[in-house]
Amino acid sequence: MPPNSESARPDADVILSLSDVRVHFPVKAGVFKRTVGHVKAVDGVDLDVYRGEVLGLVGESGCGKTTLGKAILQLVRNVTGKVLYRSDDKDTDLTGLDERGLFPFRKRLQIVFQDPHSSLNPAFTIFGSLEDPLKRYGVKTRKERRKIVGDLLEAVNMRPEAMDHYPHEFSGGQRQRIGIARALSIEPELIVCDEAVSALDVSIQAQVLQLLMDLKQSKNLTYIFITHDLSVTEYLCDRIAVMYLGRIVELCDAEELYGNTLHPYTEALLSAIPVADLDRKSKRIVLEGDVPSPINPPPGCPFHPRCRYAQDVCRTVVPELKRYRSDRGDHFAACHLVEAPEAD
Amino acid sequence: MTIAQPDRGKRRRSKLDAQFDRIRDREEAGQVKKRRRGRFWNKFLNNHLAVAGLVVFTFIILVSVFAPLLTSYDPRAVDLRSMTQAPSLEHWFGTDRTGRDVFARVLYGGRISILVGLGSAILCAIIGVIIGIYSGYIGGWLDWFAMRVSEVFMAFPQIILVLLLVSILGQSLANLMIIFTLTGWGGIYRMARARMLSLREEEYVQALRSFGLGPARIAYKHMLPNALGPIMVNITLSTAAFILQEAALSFLGLGVPLSVPTWGNILNAAQDLRILENYWWIWLPVGVTISLFVLSVNFIGDGLRDATDPSQQG
Amino acid sequence: MAETGDLALSVRNLKTYMYANNRCNKAVNGVSFEIHKGKTLCIVGESGCGKSVTASTIMQLLPTLSRIEEGEVIYHSDDGDIRIDQLARNGRQMRAIRGSEIAMIFQDPMTALNPVYTIGFQIIEMLLYHTRLRGRKRFNKAIDLLRSMGIPLPERRVREYPHQYSGGMRQRAMIAIAMSCNPKILIADEPTTALDVTIQAQIFELMETLKRDHGTAIMLITHDMGVVAELADDVAVMYMGNIVEAGPVGVVLRNPVHPYTRALLESIPVLGRGKNQEIRAIPGQTPDPYDRPKGCQFADRCRYRIDQCDAMPPETQISDYHRVMCWRYEEFTANAAE
Repeated sequence: MPPNSESARPDADVILSLSDVRVHFPVKAGVFKRTVGHVKAVDGVDLDVYRGEVLGLVGESGCGKTTLGKAILQLVRNVTGKVLYRSDDKDTDLTGLDERGLFPFRKRLQIVFQDPHSSLNPAFTIFGSLEDPLKRYGVKTRKERRKIVGDLLEAVNMRPEAMDHYPHEFSGGQRQRIGIARALSIEPELIVCDEAVSALDVSIQAQVLQLLMDLKQSKNLTYIFITHDLSVTEYLCDRIAVMYLGRIVELCDAEELYGNTLHPYTEALLSAIPVADLDRKSKRIVLEGDVPSPINPPPGCPFHPRCRYAQDVCRTVVPELKRYRSDRGDHFAACHLVEAPEAD
Repeated sequence: MTIAQPDRGKRRRSKLDAQFDRIRDREEAGQVKKRRRGRFWNKFLNNHLAVAGLVVFTFIILVSVFAPLLTSYDPRAVDLRSMTQAPSLEHWFGTDRTGRDVFARVLYGGRISILVGLGSAILCAIIGVIIGIYSGYIGGWLDWFAMRVSEVFMAFPQIILVLLLVSILGQSLANLMIIFTLTGWGGIYRMARARMLSLREEEYVQALRSFGLGPARIAYKHMLPNALGPIMVNITLSTAAFILQEAALSFLGLGVPLSVPTWGNILNAAQDLRILENYWWIWLPVGVTISLFVLSVNFIGDGLRDATDPSQQG
Repeated sequence: MAETGDLALSVRNLKTYMYANNRCNKAVNGVSFEIHKGKTLCIVGESGCGKSVTASTIMQLLPTLSRIEEGEVIYHSDDGDIRIDQLARNGRQMRAIRGSEIAMIFQDPMTALNPVYTIGFQIIEMLLYHTRLRGRKRFNKAIDLLRSMGIPLPERRVREYPHQYSGGMRQRAMIAIAMSCNPKILIADEPTTALDVTIQAQIFELMETLKRDHGTAIMLITHDMGVVAELADDVAVMYMGNIVEAGPVGVVLRNPVHPYTRALLESIPVLGRGKNQEIRAIPGQTPDPYDRPKGCQFADRCRYRIDQCDAMPPETQISDYHRVMCWRYEEFTANAAE
């Protein structure tokens, strides 16, 4: 089943709004563990997520996409900036809330992890793993909990009896589906999928992708889909944010990104993806060098050392995320050299 | 086509080849049933030394527990008419200098010695695990404090510490166990803590956090079972070590009061050169028992370690 | 069939079984293929299909609890053919071939390099065993190798340790070590799986250069059909220990015949096909290697299954270069030609 093609974005119904989110981990060294610098894993991200959309967060390893996902759920410390979550027409800033204050929002935000081998507790049966969160959210009797877990497993196309088995009895794809069932167990509104299909075999990936899309339809979910794979986001996402060294460098509608790429990094990234279609082979743009260290990012545009268009201004001035005119909603890009007309 | 034949290296039929053939035949005949036993038991039972250890261990425990059924002698009953008798049908292991039956003393002594060894090891494990799990997962000042304290205990020469404590607290069974626990909890604490530090990064732990479960519940209910394997191994190995320590301390006269029969106290008699030379039955049976017991516990520990280590296969 | 002259390696009906945990896993169960000089053969398949075991068999780097049951692995060296499967695993002859004639690079360059020695030392060590170069010359050769792999400032980098290299550079260093003795065959086991796409592109570029300039035959193991389309000359699709389809990349990717190859190609989103592209998941999961289907290994998941599939289909040559293991290949060949 193809995902629905009309824009799944009702006007400006923002569910989550990030402004100037930074996650800096201190780097400690020496005998006295003094802080000698910071890993700027996420370095100033502004982003709105709309209710009911699939937002792709793409980038290479070390670009901060996973940290950003965890920062949204407050699973990492050192988050500064604002993570505004809108529920019942009220915005709440999740940063700075303690566990008690976060509790009502834990129910609304969930996460699906990458590694199906470490995402389930090997010492418990599936029911044992999934039962505790339900208990925490007030499902009192064991009978009810077994019923809920059974229903969840059916929702992810598994047999309810699977709940009495241990994780090692399942394959990677099945475990990933159990991980999805766990995330669904307390009926969240927004799910962060952190490389949810990357560790799976090719033949299993499609099963899980389709399951995610079906669940989105039936349960009215919003996804933030974190991945390094731009061919998956093309299939799955409504909007895509490309990250590089802790910042968003391009953000726009998915079709717009593939049809009208503005940022040179996105351009190189797209050209580097191996395409399983001999008729669509394009010329690779091979980037020189590696992603710089997030402890000591280069001055100016973080991408300039690898950019083939780089000019003097790129080496000194940090480009802002500017809005450009486009037929398909807003198109943001952070590059000095974009020649497209700016939006007002 | 010419094929250059290699000089040597034509595969010789080895023992391994024969084993492979056997496995393959069985597999092709479809005789391999779904294993009902888990991987753990399979590996443990394949380890012959560990199984032998388990048998000896169980045997010694059983005869100690059922000592009253196996001997009618009172291990403390002095019988001056039959001093230092050689082994006979009446006294299987002979009698000692005050005419006490050595067989009965070894059996009853096992009760105390095993209690001291196993009991102290379990106490150590309980304390070490409770603190280690907490400080490994939650951290904070307790982590810092516990780490420093355990470092102090580990840096101090243990035998001197034990001597010191015995002379302060006095000789008694309870005191001995307290001393062993005090000096022994550090090892298990460090192990549990290290295990928690690596488990903390597992994604299921993050998932539980994302549900807003409390740290104590995550640490003690969900993470602890995954840290138990190496802890069990450590318990067995420190049981053996404590039994040896008890024997050593009692031999020096610093363990349990001499009136109580323990393996160490029985050995204590061998301090006398006359006994060592002339009355072998007073010290040899108990020495052999201690060695057997410690060896069997160590084999069990090794077997447990191999069985719980997922990186080893075979 | 091709002349023996341009062959680098032939594998015929190879069976390698693994014997861990008292079970027998028929990891490679009758595999035949050829690697041509100066060409890239991609072996594509999912985890557990036996592609890595095939590579280890060729290198004789199998674990102790495994055995080559049947078949031939023939290395066509300049001085005649050598039956690799009959050499002792760690004998002198095998060690001479390993590294200097056939070299291998691995998925994770961090664990494949020794962290306590400099990169330069690790290259020089290879040169020491396999060439007659001496002292200063060896050192210079190491620098040349690093330079030709596109590592900047090789004079400085040669004295650095693996942890000072980034992921992409480590893989380059691995390739430099592998290429140090100009091997005829380079076996690459998922060389870019652990790397980012932009770094992957760099490594691909490098491998193309090697093939062009040195005439190295490359056997590339991957799970990614995209990589196959980018790099391969020939492709062999593996599933559960068999090569189910093999042929030149243009034939296999444009006109796939085996249902598994087709399903694989249909199950991945392809860049550039837009949001409305149809992807079709393969139902079920790969079977338990200890509990395999009797006949065609793919039968349980196959849409075109018929009763005949309960027996193992033979390898059938459709054309001179294209072969497939499927009972219904004739129908599918007709389909594909449409």
